[in-house]
Amino acid sequence: MFGNLDFDVIRRSLPYLFLDGMSFTLMLTGLSALGGLVFGTLIALMRLSSYKLLGRIAGLYVDFMRSLPLVLVIFWFYFLVPYIGQWLTGASRPIRVGAFTSSLVTFIMFEAAYFSEIMRAGIQSISRGQPAAASALGLTYAQSMRYIVLPQAFRNMLPVLLTQTIVLFQDTSLVYVLSIPDFLGAASKVAQRDGRLVEMYLFAAAVYFVISCLASWGVRRLQARIAIVR
Amino acid sequence: MIEISHVNKWYGPSFQVLKDCTTSVAKGEVVVVCGPSGSGKSTLIKCVNALEPFQEGQIILDGVKVNDPKTDLPKLRARVGMVFQHFELFPHLRIIENLCLAQEKVLGRSHDEAVAKGDKLLERVGLKAHANKYPAELSGGQQQRVAIARALAMDPIAMLFDEPTSALDPEMISEVLDVMVDLAHEGMTMMVVTHEMGFASKVAHRVIFMDKGEIVEDAQKTDFFGSPRSERAQKFLSKILSH
Repeated sequence: MFGNLDFDVIRRSLPYLFLDGMSFTLMLTGLSALGGLVFGTLIALMRLSSYKLLGRIAGLYVDFMRSLPLVLVIFWFYFLVPYIGQWLTGASRPIRVGAFTSSLVTFIMFEAAYFSEIMRAGIQSISRGQPAAASALGLTYAQSMRYIVLPQAFRNMLPVLLTQTIVLFQDTSLVYVLSIPDFLGAASKVAQRDGRLVEMYLFAAAVYFVISCLASWGVRRLQARIAIVR
Repeated sequence: MIEISHVNKWYGPSFQVLKDCTTSVAKGEVVVVCGPSGSGKSTLIKCVNALEPFQEGQIILDGVKVNDPKTDLPKLRARVGMVFQHFELFPHLRIIENLCLAQEKVLGRSHDEAVAKGDKLLERVGLKAHANKYPAELSGGQQQRVAIARALAMDPIAMLFDEPTSALDPEMISEVLDVMVDLAHEGMTMMVVTHEMGFASKVAHRVIFMDKGEIVEDAQKTDFFGSPRSERAQKFLSKILSH
Protein backbone atom coordinates (compact mmCIF):
# COMPACT_ATOMS: atom_id res chain seq x y z
CA MET A 1 0.00 0.00 0.00
CA PHE A 2 2.84 2.40 0.73
CA GLY A 3 4.22 1.76 -2.74
CA ASN A 4 1.99 4.43 -4.24
CA LEU A 5 2.99 7.10 -1.75
CA ASP A 6 5.23 9.94 -2.85
CA PHE A 7 6.79 11.55 0.21
CA ASP A 8 8.88 13.82 -1.98
CA VAL A 9 5.82 16.07 -2.25
CA ILE A 10 6.54 17.10 1.34
CA ARG A 11 10.10 18.09 0.53
CA ARG A 12 8.98 20.05 -2.49
CA SER A 13 6.35 21.99 -0.56
CA LEU A 14 8.38 22.61 2.62
CA PRO A 15 9.04 26.32 1.98
CA TYR A 16 5.38 27.00 1.33
CA LEU A 17 4.27 24.91 4.32
CA PHE A 18 6.56 26.56 6.82
CA LEU A 19 7.33 30.06 5.50
CA ASP A 20 3.70 30.76 4.66
CA GLY A 21 1.64 28.27 6.64
CA MET A 22 3.51 27.75 9.90
CA SER A 23 4.53 31.39 10.26
CA PHE A 24 0.85 32.35 9.95
CA THR A 25 -0.14 29.73 12.53
CA LEU A 26 2.55 30.86 14.98
CA MET A 27 1.75 34.51 14.50
CA LEU A 28 -1.97 33.89 15.05
CA THR A 29 -1.19 31.77 18.14
CA GLY A 30 1.21 34.31 19.63
CA LEU A 31 -0.93 37.39 19.04
CA SER A 32 -4.11 35.62 20.20
CA ALA A 33 -2.44 34.41 23.38
CA LEU A 34 -1.10 37.91 24.10
CA GLY A 35 -4.42 39.61 23.38
CA GLY A 36 -6.33 36.90 25.21
CA LEU A 37 -4.12 37.35 28.26
CA VAL A 38 -4.58 41.12 28.34
CA PHE A 39 -8.35 41.01 27.89
CA GLY A 40 -8.64 37.86 30.01
CA THR A 41 -6.92 39.67 32.89
CA LEU A 42 -9.29 42.63 32.51
CA ILE A 43 -12.29 40.29 32.53
CA ALA A 44 -10.91 38.49 35.59
CA LEU A 45 -10.56 41.85 37.39
CA MET A 46 -14.13 42.72 36.40
CA ARG A 47 -15.40 39.40 37.75
CA LEU A 48 -13.61 39.95 41.06
CA SER A 49 -14.63 43.60 41.25
CA SER A 50 -16.77 44.78 44.14
CA TYR A 51 -19.13 46.37 41.60
CA LYS A 52 -21.61 43.53 41.17
CA LEU A 53 -22.82 44.71 37.76
CA LEU A 54 -19.32 44.54 36.23
CA GLY A 55 -18.92 41.04 37.61
CA ARG A 56 -22.25 39.96 36.14
CA ILE A 57 -21.39 41.30 32.70
CA ALA A 58 -18.01 39.58 32.72
CA GLY A 59 -19.55 36.34 33.95
CA LEU A 60 -22.16 36.39 31.20
CA TYR A 61 -19.48 36.99 28.58
CA VAL A 62 -17.35 34.09 29.80
CA ASP A 63 -20.32 31.71 29.98
CA PHE A 64 -21.47 32.78 26.53
CA MET A 65 -18.08 32.25 24.89
CA ARG A 66 -17.52 28.95 26.61
CA SER A 67 -20.83 27.49 25.51
CA LEU A 68 -20.29 28.04 21.78
CA PRO A 69 -18.21 25.81 19.49
CA LEU A 70 -15.12 27.69 18.36
CA VAL A 71 -15.71 26.87 14.68
CA LEU A 72 -19.09 28.50 14.86
CA VAL A 73 -17.66 31.65 16.45
CA ILE A 74 -14.97 31.90 13.78
CA PHE A 75 -17.52 31.41 11.06
CA TRP A 76 -20.08 33.82 12.41
CA PHE A 77 -17.54 36.42 13.24
CA TYR A 78 -16.08 36.41 9.75
CA PHE A 79 -19.48 37.18 8.29
CA LEU A 80 -20.65 39.50 11.05
CA VAL A 81 -17.63 41.75 11.60
CA PRO A 82 -18.07 43.67 8.32
CA TYR A 83 -21.65 44.47 9.29
CA ILE A 84 -20.77 45.37 12.87
CA GLY A 85 -18.04 47.63 11.48
CA GLN A 86 -20.54 49.23 9.16
CA TRP A 87 -22.94 49.82 12.01
CA LEU A 88 -20.22 51.25 14.25
CA THR A 89 -18.69 53.58 11.68
CA GLY A 90 -21.94 54.45 9.97
CA ALA A 91 -20.46 53.51 6.59
CA SER A 92 -22.77 53.00 3.67
CA ARG A 93 -21.67 49.43 3.01
CA PRO A 94 -20.12 46.56 5.02
CA ILE A 95 -16.48 47.36 5.73
CA ARG A 96 -13.80 45.02 4.43
CA VAL A 97 -12.04 42.98 7.09
CA GLY A 98 -9.25 40.62 6.12
CA ALA A 99 -9.47 36.97 7.06
CA PHE A 100 -6.43 37.37 9.34
CA THR A 101 -7.85 40.32 11.27
CA SER A 102 -11.19 38.64 11.60
CA SER A 103 -9.73 35.37 12.87
CA LEU A 104 -7.35 37.22 15.21
CA VAL A 105 -10.20 39.18 16.79
CA THR A 106 -12.21 35.98 17.14
CA PHE A 107 -9.41 34.08 18.82
CA ILE A 108 -8.60 36.95 21.18
CA MET A 109 -12.23 37.21 22.26
CA PHE A 110 -12.57 33.45 22.61
CA GLU A 111 -9.30 32.91 24.45
CA ALA A 112 -9.97 35.90 26.72
CA ALA A 113 -12.84 33.87 28.19
CA TYR A 114 -10.55 30.94 28.99
CA PHE A 115 -7.56 33.00 30.12
CA SER A 116 -9.82 35.05 32.39
CA GLU A 117 -10.83 31.94 34.32
CA ILE A 118 -7.17 30.99 34.72
CA MET A 119 -6.20 34.48 35.86
CA ARG A 120 -9.17 34.60 38.23
CA ALA A 121 -7.99 31.41 39.89
CA GLY A 122 -4.48 32.88 40.00
CA ILE A 123 -5.61 36.10 41.64
CA GLN A 124 -7.71 34.18 44.16
CA SER A 125 -4.71 31.99 45.00
CA ILE A 126 -2.90 35.06 46.43
CA SER A 127 -3.56 35.34 50.16
CA ARG A 128 -5.68 38.32 51.19
CA GLY A 129 -2.84 39.59 53.34
CA GLN A 130 -0.85 40.58 50.27
CA PRO A 131 -3.23 43.26 48.95
CA ALA A 132 -3.83 44.28 52.58
CA ALA A 133 -0.09 44.82 53.08
CA ALA A 134 0.05 46.76 49.81
CA SER A 135 -2.84 48.99 50.90
CA ALA A 136 -1.28 49.50 54.32
CA LEU A 137 1.82 50.89 52.56
CA GLY A 138 -0.36 53.40 50.75
CA LEU A 139 -0.50 51.72 47.34
CA THR A 140 -3.75 52.32 45.46
CA TYR A 141 -5.91 49.44 44.20
CA ALA A 142 -4.41 49.75 40.72
CA GLN A 143 -0.83 49.84 42.05
CA SER A 144 -1.47 46.90 44.33
CA MET A 145 -2.78 44.88 41.36
CA ARG A 146 -0.01 46.00 39.03
CA TYR A 147 2.97 45.48 41.35
CA ILE A 148 1.86 42.90 43.92
CA VAL A 149 -1.11 40.72 42.95
CA LEU A 150 -0.93 40.28 39.18
CA PRO A 151 2.81 39.46 38.97
CA GLN A 152 2.34 36.72 41.55
CA ALA A 153 -0.89 35.45 39.98
CA PHE A 154 0.74 35.39 36.55
CA ARG A 155 3.77 33.53 37.85
CA ASN A 156 1.67 30.95 39.68
CA MET A 157 -0.51 30.41 36.64
CA LEU A 158 2.22 30.47 33.97
CA PRO A 159 2.24 26.69 33.38
CA VAL A 160 -1.56 26.62 32.99
CA LEU A 161 -1.49 29.65 30.69
CA LEU A 162 1.14 28.01 28.50
CA THR A 163 -0.77 24.73 28.38
CA GLN A 164 -3.84 26.66 27.26
CA THR A 165 -1.66 28.31 24.60
CA ILE A 166 -0.67 24.86 23.28
CA VAL A 167 -4.36 24.03 22.95
CA LEU A 168 -4.79 27.37 21.19
CA PHE A 169 -1.94 26.46 18.81
CA GLN A 170 -3.90 23.38 17.75
CA ASP A 171 -7.20 25.25 17.65
CA THR A 172 -5.89 27.83 15.19
CA SER A 173 -6.13 25.09 12.54
CA LEU A 174 -9.89 25.71 12.65
CA VAL A 175 -9.43 28.81 10.51
CA TYR A 176 -9.60 26.37 7.60
CA VAL A 177 -13.33 27.16 7.51
CA LEU A 178 -12.31 30.59 6.19
CA SER A 179 -9.96 28.99 3.61
CA ILE A 180 -6.98 30.72 5.22
CA PRO A 181 -3.63 29.09 4.44
CA ASP A 182 -2.41 28.44 7.97
CA PHE A 183 -0.15 25.41 8.36
CA LEU A 184 -2.95 22.87 8.04
CA GLY A 185 -4.63 24.93 5.32
CA ALA A 186 -1.38 25.06 3.34
CA ALA A 187 -0.86 21.32 3.71
CA SER A 188 -4.43 20.74 2.65
CA LYS A 189 -4.01 22.94 -0.44
CA VAL A 190 -0.94 21.01 -1.58
CA ALA A 191 -2.71 17.74 -0.81
CA GLN A 192 -5.69 18.60 -3.03
CA ARG A 193 -3.60 20.09 -5.81
CA ASP A 194 -1.24 17.11 -6.09
CA GLY A 195 -3.70 14.46 -5.02
CA ARG A 196 -1.43 13.49 -2.12
CA LEU A 197 -3.92 13.52 0.74
CA VAL A 198 -2.42 10.69 2.82
CA GLU A 199 1.13 12.02 2.71
CA MET A 200 0.27 15.62 3.50
CA TYR A 201 -2.19 14.91 6.30
CA LEU A 202 0.20 12.40 7.85
CA PHE A 203 2.96 15.00 7.73
CA ALA A 204 0.74 17.74 9.16
CA ALA A 205 -0.28 15.48 12.04
CA ALA A 206 3.35 14.64 12.74
CA VAL A 207 4.33 18.34 12.82
CA TYR A 208 1.50 19.30 15.20
CA PHE A 209 2.35 16.31 17.37
CA VAL A 210 6.07 17.09 17.61
CA ILE A 211 5.61 20.82 18.31
CA SER A 212 2.89 20.28 20.93
CA CYS A 213 4.84 17.49 22.64
CA LEU A 214 8.01 19.56 22.80
CA ALA A 215 6.08 22.53 24.15
CA SER A 216 4.35 20.39 26.81
CA TRP A 217 7.70 19.00 27.85
CA GLY A 218 9.04 22.54 28.14
CA VAL A 219 6.08 23.57 30.29
CA ARG A 220 6.63 20.60 32.63
CA ARG A 221 10.27 21.57 33.08
CA LEU A 222 9.28 25.16 33.76
CA GLN A 223 6.70 23.98 36.30
CA ALA A 224 9.35 22.01 38.16
CA ARG A 225 11.61 25.06 38.25
CA ILE A 226 8.88 27.38 39.53
CA ALA A 227 7.99 24.82 42.21
CA ILE A 228 11.56 24.93 43.51
CA VAL A 229 11.77 28.71 43.59
CA ARG A 230 8.65 28.83 45.74
CA MET B 1 -2.73 61.08 67.43
CA ILE B 2 -5.31 58.27 67.19
CA GLU B 3 -8.81 59.01 68.50
CA ILE B 4 -11.25 56.10 68.47
CA SER B 5 -14.76 56.99 69.56
CA HIS B 6 -17.86 54.82 69.88
CA VAL B 7 -16.87 52.42 67.08
CA ASN B 8 -19.40 49.69 66.32
CA LYS B 9 -18.82 47.03 63.71
CA TRP B 10 -20.95 44.12 62.57
CA TYR B 11 -20.16 41.16 60.37
CA GLY B 12 -23.41 40.46 58.57
CA PRO B 13 -26.71 41.59 60.05
CA SER B 14 -26.36 40.19 63.57
CA PHE B 15 -22.77 39.41 64.60
CA GLN B 16 -21.24 42.39 66.37
CA VAL B 17 -17.42 42.29 66.52
CA LEU B 18 -16.81 45.72 68.02
CA LYS B 19 -19.09 47.21 70.65
CA ASP B 20 -18.87 50.91 71.38
CA CYS B 21 -15.07 51.01 71.45
CA THR B 22 -13.60 54.29 72.63
CA THR B 23 -9.95 54.97 73.35
CA SER B 24 -7.03 57.02 72.12
CA VAL B 25 -3.30 56.91 71.58
CA ALA B 26 -1.39 60.12 72.21
CA LYS B 27 1.72 61.18 70.32
CA GLY B 28 4.73 59.19 71.51
CA GLU B 29 2.58 56.83 73.50
CA VAL B 30 2.87 53.03 73.37
CA VAL B 31 -0.45 51.27 73.88
CA VAL B 32 -0.72 47.50 74.10
CA VAL B 33 -4.03 45.85 73.24
CA CYS B 34 -4.56 42.37 74.65
CA GLY B 35 -7.39 39.95 75.17
CA PRO B 36 -8.52 36.44 74.32
CA SER B 37 -8.67 35.39 70.67
CA GLY B 38 -11.83 36.52 68.95
CA SER B 39 -12.14 39.53 71.22
CA GLY B 40 -11.90 41.96 68.29
CA LYS B 41 -8.47 43.41 69.01
CA SER B 42 -7.07 42.72 65.52
CA THR B 43 -10.26 44.04 63.97
CA LEU B 44 -9.99 47.24 66.00
CA ILE B 45 -6.40 47.92 64.97
CA LYS B 46 -7.28 47.29 61.32
CA CYS B 47 -10.07 49.84 61.59
CA VAL B 48 -7.49 52.49 62.48
CA ASN B 49 -6.03 52.54 58.96
CA ALA B 50 -9.33 51.52 57.35
CA LEU B 51 -8.22 48.07 56.26
CA GLU B 52 -11.50 47.05 57.90
CA PRO B 53 -14.59 49.21 57.47
CA PHE B 54 -16.90 49.89 60.40
CA GLN B 55 -20.50 50.99 60.49
CA GLU B 56 -20.78 53.39 63.41
CA GLY B 57 -18.61 55.78 65.34
CA GLN B 58 -15.49 57.54 64.14
CA ILE B 59 -11.72 57.28 64.15
CA ILE B 60 -9.55 60.35 63.76
CA LEU B 61 -5.94 59.85 62.78
CA ASP B 62 -3.67 62.87 63.10
CA GLY B 63 -6.66 65.15 62.54
CA VAL B 64 -8.03 63.20 59.54
CA LYS B 65 -11.34 61.37 59.83
CA VAL B 66 -10.66 57.80 58.69
CA ASN B 67 -14.27 56.86 57.93
CA ASP B 68 -15.04 59.94 55.88
CA PRO B 69 -15.75 58.87 52.28
CA LYS B 70 -13.87 61.96 51.10
CA THR B 71 -10.64 60.91 52.83
CA ASP B 72 -7.84 59.86 50.49
CA LEU B 73 -7.22 56.48 52.13
CA PRO B 74 -4.01 55.49 50.28
CA LYS B 75 -2.47 58.82 51.27
CA LEU B 76 -3.55 58.39 54.88
CA ARG B 77 -2.34 54.78 55.09
CA ALA B 78 1.05 55.75 53.70
CA ARG B 79 1.60 57.79 56.86
CA VAL B 80 0.89 54.94 59.27
CA GLY B 81 3.07 51.85 59.32
CA MET B 82 1.49 48.46 59.81
CA VAL B 83 3.08 45.13 60.70
CA PHE B 84 1.06 41.94 60.21
CA GLN B 85 0.96 38.63 62.02
CA HIS B 86 2.08 36.76 58.90
CA PHE B 87 4.70 39.35 57.81
CA GLU B 88 3.17 39.72 54.31
CA LEU B 89 6.43 40.49 52.59
CA PHE B 90 6.04 40.39 48.82
CA PRO B 91 7.49 36.98 47.90
CA HIS B 92 8.28 37.85 44.27
CA LEU B 93 10.45 40.83 45.23
CA ARG B 94 13.90 40.90 46.81
CA ILE B 95 14.20 42.23 50.37
CA ILE B 96 15.52 45.61 49.25
CA GLU B 97 12.79 45.83 46.59
CA ASN B 98 10.21 45.14 49.29
CA LEU B 99 11.52 48.21 51.09
CA CYS B 100 11.76 50.41 48.00
CA LEU B 101 8.48 49.76 46.16
CA ALA B 102 6.16 51.96 48.20
CA GLN B 103 8.83 54.62 48.77
CA GLU B 104 9.09 55.06 45.01
CA LYS B 105 5.49 54.48 43.92
CA VAL B 106 3.73 56.23 46.81
CA LEU B 107 6.17 58.83 48.13
CA GLY B 108 7.77 59.45 44.74
CA ARG B 109 11.34 59.06 46.01
CA SER B 110 14.03 58.35 43.46
CA HIS B 111 15.35 54.80 43.27
CA ASP B 112 18.74 55.76 44.73
CA GLU B 113 17.12 57.64 47.57
CA ALA B 114 14.83 54.68 48.32
CA VAL B 115 17.71 52.19 48.24
CA ALA B 116 19.78 54.37 50.57
CA LYS B 117 16.91 54.63 53.03
CA GLY B 118 16.22 50.89 52.69
CA ASP B 119 19.85 49.98 53.32
CA LYS B 120 19.95 52.15 56.40
CA LEU B 121 16.86 50.52 57.85
CA LEU B 122 18.04 47.00 57.02
CA GLU B 123 21.25 47.77 58.84
CA ARG B 124 19.24 48.98 61.78
CA VAL B 125 17.31 45.69 62.04
CA GLY B 126 20.55 43.78 61.47
CA LEU B 127 19.74 42.35 58.05
CA LYS B 128 21.84 44.36 55.63
CA ALA B 129 23.56 41.22 54.37
CA HIS B 130 20.23 39.82 53.20
CA ALA B 131 19.20 42.78 51.00
CA ASN B 132 19.34 40.80 47.77
CA LYS B 133 17.65 37.65 49.01
CA TYR B 134 14.02 36.72 48.54
CA PRO B 135 11.69 36.61 51.58
CA ALA B 136 11.37 32.80 51.41
CA GLU B 137 15.11 32.52 52.09
CA LEU B 138 14.76 34.22 55.49
CA SER B 139 13.54 32.87 58.81
CA GLY B 140 10.25 34.05 60.28
CA GLY B 141 11.94 36.39 62.73
CA GLN B 142 14.08 37.90 59.99
CA GLN B 143 11.04 38.35 57.74
CA GLN B 144 9.18 40.16 60.49
CA ARG B 145 12.14 42.49 61.06
CA VAL B 146 12.17 43.22 57.33
CA ALA B 147 8.43 43.94 57.55
CA ILE B 148 9.09 46.45 60.34
CA ALA B 149 11.87 48.06 58.28
CA ARG B 150 9.52 48.21 55.27
CA ALA B 151 6.94 50.08 57.32
CA LEU B 152 9.57 52.43 58.79
CA ALA B 153 10.87 53.26 55.31
CA MET B 154 7.73 55.32 54.79
CA ASP B 155 8.66 57.61 57.74
CA PRO B 156 5.38 56.84 59.50
CA ILE B 157 3.89 59.11 62.17
CA ALA B 158 2.67 56.01 64.05
CA MET B 159 3.07 52.24 63.88
CA LEU B 160 0.36 49.59 64.19
CA PHE B 161 1.42 46.06 65.13
CA ASP B 162 -1.09 43.23 64.67
CA GLU B 163 0.17 40.26 66.71
CA PRO B 164 3.69 40.64 65.32
CA THR B 165 5.12 37.65 67.17
CA SER B 166 2.19 35.22 67.16
CA ALA B 167 3.36 33.33 64.08
CA LEU B 168 6.97 33.03 65.24
CA ASP B 169 8.91 30.20 66.83
CA PRO B 170 9.75 31.03 70.47
CA GLU B 171 13.46 31.58 69.83
CA MET B 172 12.70 34.22 67.20
CA ILE B 173 10.28 36.28 69.26
CA SER B 174 12.92 38.22 71.16
CA GLU B 175 14.77 39.46 68.05
CA VAL B 176 11.52 41.04 66.85
CA LEU B 177 10.61 42.42 70.28
CA ASP B 178 14.08 43.96 70.60
CA VAL B 179 13.46 46.02 67.46
CA MET B 180 10.08 47.08 68.80
CA VAL B 181 11.50 48.05 72.19
CA ASP B 182 14.11 50.24 70.46
CA LEU B 183 11.35 51.91 68.48
CA ALA B 184 9.36 52.58 71.64
CA HIS B 185 12.38 54.10 73.35
CA GLU B 186 12.86 56.42 70.39
CA GLY B 187 9.42 57.84 71.02
CA MET B 188 7.49 56.22 68.18
CA THR B 189 3.72 56.28 68.63
CA MET B 190 2.72 52.63 68.74
CA MET B 191 -0.47 50.60 69.00
CA VAL B 192 0.43 46.96 69.54
CA VAL B 193 -1.89 43.97 69.61
CA THR B 194 0.07 41.28 71.41
CA HIS B 195 0.08 38.63 74.11
CA GLU B 196 3.67 39.45 75.06
CA MET B 197 3.08 40.78 78.55
CA GLY B 198 6.82 41.12 79.10
CA PHE B 199 6.92 43.62 76.26
CA ALA B 200 3.87 45.39 77.68
CA SER B 201 5.35 45.72 81.15
CA LYS B 202 8.66 46.92 79.74
CA VAL B 203 7.64 49.65 77.29
CA ALA B 204 3.88 50.18 77.26
CA HIS B 205 2.39 53.32 78.75
CA ARG B 206 -1.14 51.98 78.70
CA VAL B 207 -2.74 48.58 78.37
CA ILE B 208 -6.16 47.98 76.84
CA PHE B 209 -7.94 44.72 77.58
CA MET B 210 -10.65 43.62 75.17
CA ASP B 211 -13.17 40.81 75.45
CA LYS B 212 -16.12 39.95 73.18
CA GLY B 213 -15.70 43.12 71.15
CA GLU B 214 -15.69 45.46 74.12
CA ILE B 215 -12.92 47.48 75.70
CA VAL B 216 -13.21 46.10 79.22
CA GLU B 217 -10.21 47.81 80.73
CA ASP B 218 -8.14 50.79 79.59
CA ALA B 219 -5.54 51.56 82.24
CA GLN B 220 -2.06 52.84 82.90
CA LYS B 221 0.43 49.99 82.79
CA THR B 222 1.11 49.92 86.52
CA ASP B 223 -2.58 49.94 87.36
CA PHE B 224 -3.27 47.18 84.88
CA PHE B 225 -0.59 44.81 86.10
CA GLY B 226 -1.00 45.81 89.74
CA SER B 227 -4.70 45.32 90.13
CA PRO B 228 -6.91 44.95 87.08
CA ARG B 229 -10.34 46.19 87.99
CA SER B 230 -12.41 43.75 85.97
CA GLU B 231 -12.79 40.10 86.74
CA ARG B 232 -12.35 39.14 83.08
CA ALA B 233 -8.99 40.87 82.86
CA GLN B 234 -7.88 39.24 86.11
CA LYS B 235 -8.79 35.82 84.74
CA PHE B 236 -7.01 36.49 81.46
CA LEU B 237 -3.86 37.72 83.18
CA SER B 238 -3.74 34.80 85.58
CA LYS B 239 -4.01 32.41 82.63
CA ILE B 240 -1.19 33.88 80.57
CA LEU B 241 1.09 34.87 83.44
CA SER B 242 0.88 31.58 85.34
CA HIS B 243 3.40 29.82 83.07
